[in-house]
Amino acid sequence: MSSPGHNVAHQFDDAVQQRDASTLGMWVFLVTEVMMFGGLFATYVLYRSAYPEAFAAASHHLNAQLGAMNTLVLLGSSLTMALAVRSAQHGARFGTVAGLLSTIALGSVFLGVKAYEYAHKFEEKLVPGPYFVFDGPEGTHAELFFSLYFAMTGLHALHMVIGVGVLGTLAVMAARGRFSVAYHNPIEIGGLYWHFVDIVWIYLFPLLYLLGRH
Amino acid sequence: MSHAVNPHSTPLATLIMVFLALVALTGLTVGVAYIDLGAWSTPVALLIATVKALLVVVIFMELRFGQPLTWLAAVTGVLFMALLIGLTMADVISRGWLGVPGR
Repeated sequence: MSSPGHNVAHQFDDAVQQRDASTLGMWVFLVTEVMMFGGLFATYVLYRSAYPEAFAAASHHLNAQLGAMNTLVLLGSSLTMALAVRSAQHGARFGTVAGLLSTIALGSVFLGVKAYEYAHKFEEKLVPGPYFVFDGPEGTHAELFFSLYFAMTGLHALHMVIGVGVLGTLAVMAARGRFSVAYHNPIEIGGLYWHFVDIVWIYLFPLLYLLGRH
Repeated sequence: MSHAVNPHSTPLATLIMVFLALVALTGLTVGVAYIDLGAWSTPVALLIATVKALLVVVIFMELRFGQPLTWLAAVTGVLFMALLIGLTMADVISRGWLGVPGR
């Protein structure tokens, strides 16, 4: 068993300071992520306020059932991620690996459903570009909605793909016994990232899928 | 045996309760989307989403155990998001207020 301080990098006084520094660093990174998604959210707010009817009409072409199901899948993945972090805090190797693998599985289900939805949009000719077809008085503005839909969910899905890669690496490290009660910062940091991606979807789901449903 | 680097750990029951609350709030946001709330439908949807986001941030991301600097980072994200959208919309909404030639 490693001695206390075995995993403490030389620039830190102790493990607690190292953990606080890595946590703060991750939160600062997440703020930059908020600003990256923020540009897209600001664009969404701007154009939706300009063309509310077109956005509501276009939103009807999204599958709200699949969107809601994917929301539940992602919330479930956040639970399994939180369970993995909890296991890591208690030094439970099996629980950590099981939690990470469950999170990867649920994240993959989410991405699979997303791929199905994207394919369906291609079939319905709702992908912006020369082959875009929209039956309605405001086709151009509906195309704007779908541009934002693909940009926002695409950037979100890219974060999910990266997250699955990060969690896969962490699962291998955890299985090899790299983490302990004294050192599991990477699991907590990976968890922060995964939960952030969940939060982005929490906002995307009602803003994209549930417009003008009544 | 080395001591735990993190003295805090969220109880299992709390994690499951938060998950169930998130599921219930998802059901609520879908439910209210099918009710005609007029101009209130988007504010209500955003309010529910924000409650969900707060649950994730404070419990799942363990911000409640966080250092003051971590709180500062989190609040900064919200603040700059509000500035970005607020000032953008302030421009767009107020453009027609003054009859500026060549606008």
